[in-house]
Amino acid sequence: MTAELRGKSAIVGTGHAGFGEAHGLTAYDVMAQSALAALGDAGLNLSDVDGLFCTMMEDSMPALMAAEYLGIQPRFIDGTMSGGSSFVNYLTSATMALDAGLCDVALIVYGSNQRTASGRLVTASRPPAYEAPYNPRYPISAYAMAAARHMHEYGTTREQLADVAVAARAWAHHNPEAFERGPLTREDVLGARMVGDPLTVRDCCLVTDGGGAIVLVRADRARDFPKAPVYVLGSAAESSHRQISQMKEFTVTAARDSGARAFAAAGVTAADIQAIELYDAFTINTILFLEDLGFCAKGEGGAFVEGGRIAPGGVLPVNTNGGGLSCVHPGMYGIFTVIEAARQIRGDAPGIQLKDVDLALAHGNGGVLSSQVTAILGSQNTL
Amino acid sequence: MPDAKGPDQIFQGALTKGEILLPKCEDCGAYHFFPRVLCPHCHGAAISWKQATGKGRVHTTTVVRRKPEWGGDYNVCVVELDEGVRMMSRVEGIAPGEVAIDMAVTAFVGEAEGAPAVLFKPSEG
Repeated sequence: MTAELRGKSAIVGTGHAGFGEAHGLTAYDVMAQSALAALGDAGLNLSDVDGLFCTMMEDSMPALMAAEYLGIQPRFIDGTMSGGSSFVNYLTSATMALDAGLCDVALIVYGSNQRTASGRLVTASRPPAYEAPYNPRYPISAYAMAAARHMHEYGTTREQLADVAVAARAWAHHNPEAFERGPLTREDVLGARMVGDPLTVRDCCLVTDGGGAIVLVRADRARDFPKAPVYVLGSAAESSHRQISQMKEFTVTAARDSGARAFAAAGVTAADIQAIELYDAFTINTILFLEDLGFCAKGEGGAFVEGGRIAPGGVLPVNTNGGGLSCVHPGMYGIFTVIEAARQIRGDAPGIQLKDVDLALAHGNGGVLSSQVTAILGSQNTL
Repeated sequence: MPDAKGPDQIFQGALTKGEILLPKCEDCGAYHFFPRVLCPHCHGAAISWKQATGKGRVHTTTVVRRKPEWGGDYNVCVVELDEGVRMMSRVEGIAPGEVAIDMAVTAFVGEAEGAPAVLFKPSEG
C-alpha cells in the first residue's frame, strides 16, 4: 500500500469463534461463526458483505467454498494463499477494492478445527520435491534451522528464546480468551520435550481450533458504526522464498522490507508504535521480527526479549493477547494479530488493555519465514 | 519429442547413475539449485550441467526428534556447496546432534525414501 491509500479504509468489526476446542464443528462452521461475530460487532449482516477475503488450510478454492457456505454472492473475492500472512495481506487488497468501489463491505475471515480434527497441522500444500526426501518436519524443522543459525551468528541463547514463550504466557494469563493461561517459567520451556533442536515443544505455537473475522469499509462511512473505527494507515508485503532451503539469509526475513514500506505508507516509525502484534509461530519469530521491523538492531533480538522486557510491565508490549504461543493458533494465526491490534486501539482488548493506544502494528508471517506482511493501524487521532 | 528431458529429469537421472550434476547458467556463470528451466539470478534460459565438486559446508542444521520405536532421531540440514548453491540434506556417519554449522562435508549419492538422493558425510582431514 502506498501513502495515497493511508487511512482510506477502516476496521469496523472484529470477531472470533471456536477458540481452543470447537467440538463437533468443521473448519467452515468455525469460519462462519467468526463471520457472524464480526458482522454483529459492526452492526451489519451477511447480506451486506460484497467483498470476501478468505483462505483455508483444507482446500484450493476456499473463498468460493466460504462464499457458498455463507450464502453470499460477493462481487469481489481474494483468496491469495501466502500462509498465515494471508489475512494481513488482505488488508491491502481490501483497502484497494474498497477505495476503487469494487466492494463496499469487505469481510476477511478464517476458521479451523485442526485441534479436534487431527491434533496437528492440516494442510493441502505439498512438501517441496527437493526437500521432502529428507523428511523435515514442517514447519518446525525450518524454524529450528533459522533459530540455530541465529544462535550461531549472534550468540542468541535458548534461554532468550524461552523468554519469548514466558512473556507470551504472562500476557495470556490475563486474557480469558487465551487457551493456555497457566504459569510458565524459563525452566519449563527449556525442560520441555525437544522436538527440533534447538526448539522444545514450548518454543512452538499451540495447536488449537479457532477462527477470526474482520469487517472493513471505506473511511468516509467508518464513523457510522457502533464501534470506534480503526484505520489501515499502511500495509505492505514482501515474499522471499517458499522452501526454507532457498532462504538467502536465515537470520534476515523479508519483514525488513515489508516493515519499511508499511511504516513509510503510514508516515510513522517503530518508535511511535504502542502495541506490537507479531506472528509468533515459534519463539525465534518474535526475535527475528523485532529486529527486522526495527524495534532493535539485527542480532540484538535475544537480549531485547530477555527477562520480561516484552512481558506485561516490560519496556515494549509485544503480543498482548498471548500470541500464537499461548492464546490461539488454529493452523494460521495472522488474522489474530490484526484483531488484537484493532482491539487495543478500540480499547476493548480481552486481556490486558494498554492505555490510550493510537498506533498498533500487526505482522503476519507465512510459509517458512517466506511471506512477510506488516500493517500499521491507527485510531481516529492518527488521521 | 518423447526423449526430451526437463531439468528435474536430468538431475534425477544423473543421481540414478551415481552422479551429482548441478545446473549452471551459460549467461551469468552462476549455479543454481533446485533445477529449473531458467537462471533465478539473471533469468537467462541457457542452462548447462556440471559435475558437482561435492564439497560444502553445513549452513544450518537441526535434529528431528523421533521416538526410538519409529526409527529414532535424525539430522536435517542445509548445506552450502562450494558452487554457491544450497540444498536440504542430511549428514550421515555421525550422530545427528554432532552435525554442526560450518562443518566441512562431502556429498555422496545415497538413498532417501527409497530413491537416490544427495547425502553428505563429514569431510576427511
